[in-house]
Amino acid sequence: MSELSTRERIHPGTAPGEDYHLEIVGEGDFATADMTLSIGPAHPATHGVFRIVLEMDGERVRSARPVIGYMHRGFEKLAEYRDYRQIMALVNRHDWLSGFSNELGVALAVEQLMEFEVPDRAQWIRMLMAEWNRVLNHLMFVGSFALELGAITPMFYAFREREDIQHMMEAATGGRLHFTYNQVGGVKIDLPKGFLRTSAELTTITRKRLVDYRDLILGNEIFQARTKGVGALPTDVALSFGVTGPTLQATGLPEDSRVTEPYLKYGEIDVPVPVGENGDAFDRFFCLLGRIEASLDIIDQVLDHIGPGPVNSKLPKMVKAPEGATYVRTENPLGQLGYWLESDGGRTPWRLKMRTPSFSNVQAIPYLLEGVLVPDAVAVLGSVFFVVGDIDR
Amino acid sequence: MATTSPPGVGLLKGLAVTIKHVFSRPSTQMYPKERPDLPPRSRGVIALMEENCTVCMLCARECPDWCIYIDSHKETVPPAKEGGRARTRNVLDRFAIDFALCMYCGICVEVCPFDALWWSPEFEYSEYSMGLLLHEKDKLREWADTVPPPPPLEEGALPPAEVADAIEKAAKQRELAAAEEAEAAVQAEATTGAAAAPAAGKKAEPEIEVTAGQIDQETFDKLIAEGKSERIARSKAKAAWVKKEKARLKAEMEASGGGEAAAEAPAPKPAEVHVEAGQIDQETYDQLIAEGKTERMARAKAKAAYVKKEKARLRAEQAAAAATPAAGTPATAETAEAPAAEAPASGAPATDAAPASGAPAAKRLGDVHVEGTGEIDQETFDRLIAEGKSERIARSKAKAAWVKKRKQELLDQEGDA
Amino acid sequence: MIELTSASATAFVAQAVSVFDVGDGFVVPLLLKLVFILAMFFVVPILGGYLEHKVMGRMQDRRGPVEAGPFGSLQLVADGIKFIQKEDVIPRAADPWVFAMAPGVALVPVLLVLLVIPIGPGVFALDLELGLFYALAISSISTLGILMGGWASANKFSLLGGLRAAGQLIAYELPLILAAAAVALQAGTLSLVGIVEAQATFLIPGTDINLWYLFPQLLGFGIFFLAAMAELARPPFDMPIADSELVFGYMTEYTGIKFAMFLLTEYAGMIVMGGLIAVLYLGGWQLLPGVPLPGCEGAGGIFDCGWQGQLLGVAVTLGKMMLIVFLFVWARVTYPRLREDQLQRMAWLVLVPLALLNLAVITVAKVVF
Repeated sequence: MSELSTRERIHPGTAPGEDYHLEIVGEGDFATADMTLSIGPAHPATHGVFRIVLEMDGERVRSARPVIGYMHRGFEKLAEYRDYRQIMALVNRHDWLSGFSNELGVALAVEQLMEFEVPDRAQWIRMLMAEWNRVLNHLMFVGSFALELGAITPMFYAFREREDIQHMMEAATGGRLHFTYNQVGGVKIDLPKGFLRTSAELTTITRKRLVDYRDLILGNEIFQARTKGVGALPTDVALSFGVTGPTLQATGLPEDSRVTEPYLKYGEIDVPVPVGENGDAFDRFFCLLGRIEASLDIIDQVLDHIGPGPVNSKLPKMVKAPEGATYVRTENPLGQLGYWLESDGGRTPWRLKMRTPSFSNVQAIPYLLEGVLVPDAVAVLGSVFFVVGDIDR
Repeated sequence: MATTSPPGVGLLKGLAVTIKHVFSRPSTQMYPKERPDLPPRSRGVIALMEENCTVCMLCARECPDWCIYIDSHKETVPPAKEGGRARTRNVLDRFAIDFALCMYCGICVEVCPFDALWWSPEFEYSEYSMGLLLHEKDKLREWADTVPPPPPLEEGALPPAEVADAIEKAAKQRELAAAEEAEAAVQAEATTGAAAAPAAGKKAEPEIEVTAGQIDQETFDKLIAEGKSERIARSKAKAAWVKKEKARLKAEMEASGGGEAAAEAPAPKPAEVHVEAGQIDQETYDQLIAEGKTERMARAKAKAAYVKKEKARLRAEQAAAAATPAAGTPATAETAEAPAAEAPASGAPATDAAPASGAPAAKRLGDVHVEGTGEIDQETFDRLIAEGKSERIARSKAKAAWVKKRKQELLDQEGDA
Repeated sequence: MIELTSASATAFVAQAVSVFDVGDGFVVPLLLKLVFILAMFFVVPILGGYLEHKVMGRMQDRRGPVEAGPFGSLQLVADGIKFIQKEDVIPRAADPWVFAMAPGVALVPVLLVLLVIPIGPGVFALDLELGLFYALAISSISTLGILMGGWASANKFSLLGGLRAAGQLIAYELPLILAAAAVALQAGTLSLVGIVEAQATFLIPGTDINLWYLFPQLLGFGIFFLAAMAELARPPFDMPIADSELVFGYMTEYTGIKFAMFLLTEYAGMIVMGGLIAVLYLGGWQLLPGVPLPGCEGAGGIFDCGWQGQLLGVAVTLGKMMLIVFLFVWARVTYPRLREDQLQRMAWLVLVPLALLNLAVITVAKVVF
């Protein structure tokens, strides 16, 4: 039919200059071709500008090709022209849901190069903040994953919780997303009065409210029907793609750098790591909720440990990391965040390479999307947790 | 993890959750009617205290997105005194922050050395046109009125530098008050003593008059060594002398009157124990190295440990030495309080005593003129170098010390003559 | 042919007389009925929409609309005005005629169904003898409009949405009709007014306790409710729209007034289905089973009423509609969306057999008692 040529002509899934072959099945009037569906760059399921080109047979996905880079901002290059204080304000923006954890990675890397001893209190405060940040991040994904499956309400509940936590963190850091609270050698300023008490109260409240999520989402039969067995990721495949964080833990591997390679004071406390069984969307969500609870447990422990003392150390006027290189990995909310910091002794890094969890996590998406239906594709996209800014950087 | 409940229960539980929320209070903040309660540290808008700005350009240089614009010109300020040197001063012409570019990182506020920039939680300055987000210094000055006081810190926090200073000052004042009280107690004791021994008569009156004017050399040297200016050192030393003199007189009086207060030997203050840094405490060092600390860090810590240990040792020795003579005499209230009364190096007793004296002031150090010839006081120099000061600083201080010594010598000669 | 049609048309008209049939004229009753239907069409959906906004808000820890009108009650009116002002965009690749007609095709059937739904004693436009059949048949046409919109938009998401809607219609029309058939069977009439009357006079065999069909046909009620939700594409069965998957399904390319028409179709559809459920299972305008309305005499005290009885009857029906809307909203707030294949499986493997079972049980019961 003449239609086919028309379709070929205006095929939206084909990039300019790209060879594209429509596979035509059948003959004569019954000839049909696969449909290419371009999800994104602006699509409700992609949380930003992320694009996936789906080759579809009806509603079934035959192959998926993620197209990334719509939000590339050149963080690594920018970092080469920023001094370490400015980098703090820069890195909390690539994964905008885990600003504090990003800063923490850079701060640890610089401190490692400078052989800096960070005061105990600063380390505890950093842990406290990092865990609250993790709760914030995970709450966001609890809401957005449910939203992707069509449940609108958990998003609002999640935002209510986030609001409380953000308000508390704003009292200490001055920011709600981009905290800029770390500095080389500690944190900028000690906590304001009442922060620890509010923290303790909020862990109780949040724990109580988590029951709502369990009843509303996790225990819901429709949710289970939508997620169980969907997008199952075996452990070895996950490892081969470099998938980390809750997505990896859902496959049954309790890998968490807070446990396997403790930084800060994580070695001194008990860090629970929830694991799933099948690595499917349901398990990923289960791990996400479990990690919120784990973080609340950690916060309670930190509150017991935090003692008096200084929160930062006197710094030279211009922080210069000595010549050398180091790699620091931290357990970011979404998975493992690595910073390779190479310094030539100047005031700016010679190279700051980021190994971001979202980038590695989305590598598994083509594997997961093969053969699923479009609604499941959305469930997979929602459960392989990523932030677009963290992919493209 | 998998629900074991019968099918449908999950669905009903969900319905229960949502209906429960109908009866709870909505968490909506009715924003324009209800103001958000923002914490004082909120990064809302940057305020400028123009008076504090010295146009050092640190903020503009450190700003990651270069959104601070500063213009200034140099002005010559006429000399304050006749024949003085005219100074130049930077005058701020323009200070603008483009909030359309600002990323609210707070680096400018952080680096400002003169507290000219502040965060204010105000956030309602959105505009219909992007250009209007460029706030000039008048507008930035207006924001300064909205800057809240900083919040108190959490328990266990070290007080901020300013507060720490204030606390120290207050502690000193308290100490001073305690000293005065002690003195009053001593005087009361003396009065009762006088009443008990009427033979002593008027002489027992605890009016101790000390002529101000001389300085306590020991204190003076110490203060100079500590790097205080000569003027301060002299005044403090004078006060110290007055106090010592008073104490001495009092002791004499009491020795003659009551004959009890024998133990007047002042116990040395902990701070007076001076230990030359430089050696390291081997034990600490080994331990730190074993803990996996770097050599540099271990050395620094071991050095500090050595100093601390040494100080403790010296102090113990001194305490033992002081205790030996005191052991023979019965410990009275005075002996116990005497060191406390001795403790402050300056202050009230001296100031009430000084104006009371009508005696002509003796020649002061400042009256003697010594030409600095470039010679240095080798002892001071060595000490400063050992303390890790740079050679330049050590040399200049040592020079000053030499001049001072010379002056003192001249003065002494004059006195002898 | 014409004679036959008109003859059958007159045969469809049941005996019950509408309150709008004043005088012997043709024009006045017609105008009154038009006004009535348009009022039903524009006012009641706004009521339902307001209820949805508010209930959803409160369930989600929000307040819902508060600014437009007292307590935000005019929010939907404000939305309507906004939609009218918006630019009407027709995609270049779209089939403009079909694209423009689709919202109308979706909307008009809902308007037509309102013709037969009685909301009070005598308060209805028309009492067709085949009222139930008519209502179910006409309401299915709506889906055609959705399919047209999905196809004509020249958008893959729209197309998927339209096709899903079509699949959903075919799957859920069957249990819907089977459940309704059981009601018609029990009532012995297809006239909606007749069904209300039958419920008011239905007694449990052997006793003189009056019951609504909800109780003997609880299973049928459940099936009808679920199928109605699926027909209307209300969450958790909103796969044709599925905003997180298909952007906005068949409505993706629509803007302005056409988009508003689709939205109005959805709200009015909720009202229509609420009305149908009220009539079929909840005893129409009867306040409580066995309780006659004040001032009413006929048929268990729900006919031949004075004006108070009529007003109360209307209020009762509207209240029942709103209750159904509330249930729709409650489910929407609580549940995630099913997958299309799960929906189909539920329809063919669960609902259709159950509906058949329900029909069989009712048939047997009807014969026995």
